[in-house]
Amino acid sequence: MNLPTCISSNRKIRYTVCFVILITLSVLFFIISVCAGSVQIPLSDIWRQFRGEQDELYAAILFQIRIPRTFAAILLGGALALSGYLLQTFFHNPIAGPFVLGISSGAKLFVAVVMIVFLRYSRTLSSVDLIVAAFAGSMLSMFCVLLMSPRVQNMSFLVLIGVMIGYICSAVTDFLVTFAEDSDIVNLHNWSMGSFSGITWENVKTIVFVVAVTGILTFFLSKPMEAYQLGETYAKNMGVNIKMFRVLLVILSSILSAVVTAFAGPVSFVGIAVPQMVKRLFRTAKPIIMIPACFFRWGSILHVL
Amino acid sequence: MEERELLHTDGLSVGYHGKELIKEIGISLKMGEIVTLIGPNGAGKSTILKTIAKQLQEICGSVYVENTRLCELPEKELAKKMSIVFTERITPELMTVADVVAMGRYPYTGGLGILTPKDEAVVAQCMEQIRISPLKERNFMSLSDGQKQRVLLAKALCQEPEILILDEPTSYLDVKYKLEFLSMLQEMTRKKKIGVLMSLHELDLAERVSDKIVCVKGKNIEHYGMPEEVFTDGFVDQLYEITDGTFQEKSGCVELKKCGGIPEVFVIAGNGTGSFLFRQLQRNGIPFAVGILGKNDIDYPAAEALAVQVIAAEAYQDFERQHYEAAKQVMCACRKVICCQTVFGSQNVLNRQLLQEAEDCGMEIELWQK
Repeated sequence: MNLPTCISSNRKIRYTVCFVILITLSVLFFIISVCAGSVQIPLSDIWRQFRGEQDELYAAILFQIRIPRTFAAILLGGALALSGYLLQTFFHNPIAGPFVLGISSGAKLFVAVVMIVFLRYSRTLSSVDLIVAAFAGSMLSMFCVLLMSPRVQNMSFLVLIGVMIGYICSAVTDFLVTFAEDSDIVNLHNWSMGSFSGITWENVKTIVFVVAVTGILTFFLSKPMEAYQLGETYAKNMGVNIKMFRVLLVILSSILSAVVTAFAGPVSFVGIAVPQMVKRLFRTAKPIIMIPACFFRWGSILHVL
Repeated sequence: MEERELLHTDGLSVGYHGKELIKEIGISLKMGEIVTLIGPNGAGKSTILKTIAKQLQEICGSVYVENTRLCELPEKELAKKMSIVFTERITPELMTVADVVAMGRYPYTGGLGILTPKDEAVVAQCMEQIRISPLKERNFMSLSDGQKQRVLLAKALCQEPEILILDEPTSYLDVKYKLEFLSMLQEMTRKKKIGVLMSLHELDLAERVSDKIVCVKGKNIEHYGMPEEVFTDGFVDQLYEITDGTFQEKSGCVELKKCGGIPEVFVIAGNGTGSFLFRQLQRNGIPFAVGILGKNDIDYPAAEALAVQVIAAEAYQDFERQHYEAAKQVMCACRKVICCQTVFGSQNVLNRQLLQEAEDCGMEIELWQK
């Protein structure tokens, strides 16, 4: 007699089908977003571009604007969803996400400061500067939330603190904007609307690097993360180094939401929604499935932007 | 044969935030042994268990796991030696029963936590042992509290520990599963060569299943020893400061507070015919007296706990004239006699005379049978 196995074959099929659907959707949306826009480019023409029969207008639109944007959207969408998933796991709270906990707002504040101050003294601002600023901002917000967390018994109160920090950061940002020069504000305003316009290949390289490194690190955290879902007491008893694990989780989720905020502005929806949708779709919350799945589920939403 | 010692504490003090709650704790757990902590709510049983499970810092002294100090033992090593079921409720999202049980393999799996066929066999075997296999595809959150408790126990077993630490493991279980659970613990400690350290609220069960009992109260361990040494008459009432009733150490039963005052009803009982009536009278708030009862009668503990007065003869002694006279006096002061007995033999012939006497006096008599 066969011993009953824990992961039934049913589930394996479900996972496979879901992944296939997600990847197909991703490819589909990739194509749509490359084709569609104010200048419609038929598929056949795109194929021709890749074969080397260059049409200068199309080539410029495709390679300078649309393809880098699309890549950025894929990666940043994935990063945001992942960051939301990490925070939801960390706080054991489905409402947690980078925006709710004030992390995006913290990042936005710092980016605003950097944009206004830097642009006044020098005319250039590299993508690395933005990431560093956004990371510093998100870490600061996260730190404030964490500082309060041991004193708070109720998790919903913690979310409240996050929202408060978010408002404070927004208020300070608004204050800065009021007193800044018009030219600086235009940049900031465009950025804070959450857009992928103006993404260059240079940006995409940075994004790939940051997101790949943090994404892989996150994937290797999936084992303790699963244990952590049973609560701290049991996780500790199973041999998880809780302190280390928490620090890593906080840093990784902050980096992920920082990189998104730096390039695409504070996008709120994906961080909360995607992990929930993916969980329902796969009918599991196993990190080892969720981490890659969240990443692929970017498409349909962010791409519309 | 002296069994191997799995765990001991030496001058251990436990508490929260550096404040000592209980000090000088010296308990030891040997292989194949069940040690149970009892004591009032809030006495610190859970605090002791949490400290031993390395969830709380020791304040003073040390916990030793096979002669290695707890703080020197790497977490991974400890996870293979000790597993826990605590009272903390867990809310894992979208995890099936099998998933939760499989988490017990954590210390044994590789970097990504993927189960090998051997791991899966252990998981299946543990679920079989706790009889939760039919539930394995169910969502953990949809189970009842008792079922969750059993799943967590299966998870703990799946960790293949030598030491099992359980905080009030029977709280949510019904009587069938309580007994099944404790028999299972016994079986495991005998067969698998593990030791169990737990806290229990059910004193009757604690007394029956434990090899050693630890009584936690106040700043110290009040008593530590075998159940028969600990459960002496009146000890539990004193340990828990029970005033609204009594705990019967001999039977492990509890009785509510007796109704005081002048007895209104005289009960003639014996051989287990009276206990239900005593409780009924107590519920109705009627003070009563009981006679004549041998001290070895099974009605005696309940009578002693609930009746205002019991006219009793020493165990194995015949009822004497003096008992009869005393009983008659008490009976005549009552307004009613209830007789539970239908069988009168040579030993309780005086009880029949007592009944006859009541009839002759024209007292109200009720024959009562459950």
